[in-house]
Amino acid sequence: MTKTTFNPTRRGLLMAGGAGLLTAALPSYVAAQGAPIKIGFQLHRTGIGASYGRWYERTAQAALKLINDGGGINGRPVEILFDDDATDPARGAEVVDKLTQSDGCEVVMGTLFSHVVIGSAPRAAELKVPYLVCSEGYHVASGMLNRWTLQPGITDVRSQISAMAPWVSANLGKKVAMIFPDFAFGYDHRDFFTAAMVAQGGEVIAQIAVPPTETSFTKYFAQIPAETEVLYHVMVGPGVLTFVKELGEFYGSGAKPQMFGFIDSLEAVDTATPGLEFLEGTHFWEAHNRVKPADAGEHEAAYRAAVGVDDNGASVSDAADVATYSHMFSTWETLFAIKAGMEASGYAGPADRQKFVEAMEAMTDMPYGIERPQGAKVFNGKTHQVFGSQNISQVQGGKLVRVHQTLMEDGAYPDAVDYTTMSF
Amino acid sequence: MGESVKPFALHLALILALAVALAVLPPYPATMLARILVLAVFAMGYNLAYGYTGLLSLGHALFLAAGVFAAGLSAQFWGLSAGPALLLGVLAGGGMAAAVGLLALRTAGVSFMIVTLMFAQAGYLTILYFGPITGGDEGFTLPAASRVILGFDMSTDTPRFVAALFLFAIGLLVSLALVRSPFGRSMVAMRENEERSRMLGINPFTVKLAALVISGLYAGAAGAAYALLFGYAGANFATIQYSILPMLYVLLGGAGTTIGPFLGALLMFVLIEGTSRLARLWPVLEGMDYFVIGAALVVLVLFAPRGILGTLRERGLKWLP
Repeated sequence: MTKTTFNPTRRGLLMAGGAGLLTAALPSYVAAQGAPIKIGFQLHRTGIGASYGRWYERTAQAALKLINDGGGINGRPVEILFDDDATDPARGAEVVDKLTQSDGCEVVMGTLFSHVVIGSAPRAAELKVPYLVCSEGYHVASGMLNRWTLQPGITDVRSQISAMAPWVSANLGKKVAMIFPDFAFGYDHRDFFTAAMVAQGGEVIAQIAVPPTETSFTKYFAQIPAETEVLYHVMVGPGVLTFVKELGEFYGSGAKPQMFGFIDSLEAVDTATPGLEFLEGTHFWEAHNRVKPADAGEHEAAYRAAVGVDDNGASVSDAADVATYSHMFSTWETLFAIKAGMEASGYAGPADRQKFVEAMEAMTDMPYGIERPQGAKVFNGKTHQVFGSQNISQVQGGKLVRVHQTLMEDGAYPDAVDYTTMSF
Repeated sequence: MGESVKPFALHLALILALAVALAVLPPYPATMLARILVLAVFAMGYNLAYGYTGLLSLGHALFLAAGVFAAGLSAQFWGLSAGPALLLGVLAGGGMAAAVGLLALRTAGVSFMIVTLMFAQAGYLTILYFGPITGGDEGFTLPAASRVILGFDMSTDTPRFVAALFLFAIGLLVSLALVRSPFGRSMVAMRENEERSRMLGINPFTVKLAALVISGLYAGAAGAAYALLFGYAGANFATIQYSILPMLYVLLGGAGTTIGPFLGALLMFVLIEGTSRLARLWPVLEGMDYFVIGAALVVLVLFAPRGILGTLRERGLKWLP
């Protein structure tokens, strides 16, 4: 039996070691070049926000297809992993955890309901993963959250409300009664609209808060003062249709004040639903017009076709399936903002997450285009909040018709925070 | 091994196994396990009230939320550090249970269930009513400085895992000691036959109140720990969902068994996680997490009505405490 011995030279060892290192490094380089960029998406698939979640998912999928058809991000295909947060903050934090640590997502997109975003943001900061939310809450710009949380796809509610007051005051009346949900989202409306009306020389003569557990609303309508010139209403959740129907029953065919509502009261609800005839002639805030305006921007048709929505704001496959049109664009625009941020930072992997956030903070002008079908925007890197123009529509012939568009500066307010001075 | 030693050995082995699991598991399952351990403490407390004493409460979310907000608000407004905030949370849970118990224990059975549910709903609406302080439905994030115990930052993995395990171990061992003590037997006597216990000289009201307060202390500890370890306090912890969850954990794992609450919480998380993973392969399962859990519970009620460990105890492992 011949016994061979392994007696390598130093040069041989170095060459073998070098070759080994190259071989070991090659797959990761190849993977980094070709592997998909995974984006996590915390979705209201179940729970109180489910009607939004369904359309958020469709819209994000449509944006994803467009991005991938255009070559992906930094030459890599993009993949979205959706996970249900059950519209619950504790579950939301678990989902951020799972998408980041288990699924290997590079960034996580957050969703609509404020409590889920606020409950999840601390975990995103602990994991040092960019958390890009579509919640329109003021909690981002207020400074409550952290450096890793940004809102680049939808104007916050404080700005939306502030932009409405001048038009309401000038066109509908000075004495306003407000009816709103008795929780934080409603308080934003109460506080910011009241202040904005006072600044316009108007006044809010009644603030009627409706508890979130309420299923019957008529007793609250009885609190609306007789001298009310404008009734400002906003409601969210599964009770919205009951809310507007009972409002109609309350006034019947008699005299009623001017009405101004946030479309949240009617998101995913057909304005031509029997019982809603009383809304004829009333006004609504819309971020993105459900019914395609005659003078819509050049990219509106392509956006509607991509997300499967017809000119009336319903699904092309089911006219009864009305979209959450005034909110869902935020997922589309956020996805394109992620693309822009990754391209600006030369994002290659999780080690570049901080560079990505810094690139996002450096953004300012976000011009109108297929990336932003709702309209041009300006991003404030200090407050991590984007600002855009808003729309006021009137129900005419059972359809929402745009009658006014605000200027971006109508919704401006002083910065409350500078996240760029905070540590990562 | 003697029958009296086996339970201690089993509990110590479980704690040891969990310590090893936390050390070797990848970050995501380890973090989930930390969450499960904290919620298992909540369920252990529920088990002391329901599983051992027979008090079917639908108001435990109130005790959990008392812990969450006592710890969260004291950290937010008084700048309390995690140690004192946790202690305050424990006391708040116990105090709330004492206040509710003094009134609700005048009732029994279904009435007790409804009265505790009413208290919890009132608590939830109170949290919303004081929104400017409590953050209302949005809640608030805890300041980073308040999430430090003895120099260890609870927002980082290892200290968080150690803290969760430590809390769980204390809860489990105290629970074991309690159910094997004369007081524990009095608790069981309440569940089995309150009238006969009264004839034996036990004051049912005192025993039930004490059991409910201890249960509240557990809930308060779990609530405070959840807020401090995961950095968020919100009204969702006071919703009925958090009164039903510990009941499900206990029913699944085995009511009246010390380890059952942990086992139930673990299985529930595994079911949710499993369903959500499967949903990525079969979209028909999307959003079906709770349907699957419901189906699992129906199967359990039909084939193992005493829960997993309760059934095992019935079928041979009689030494299981």
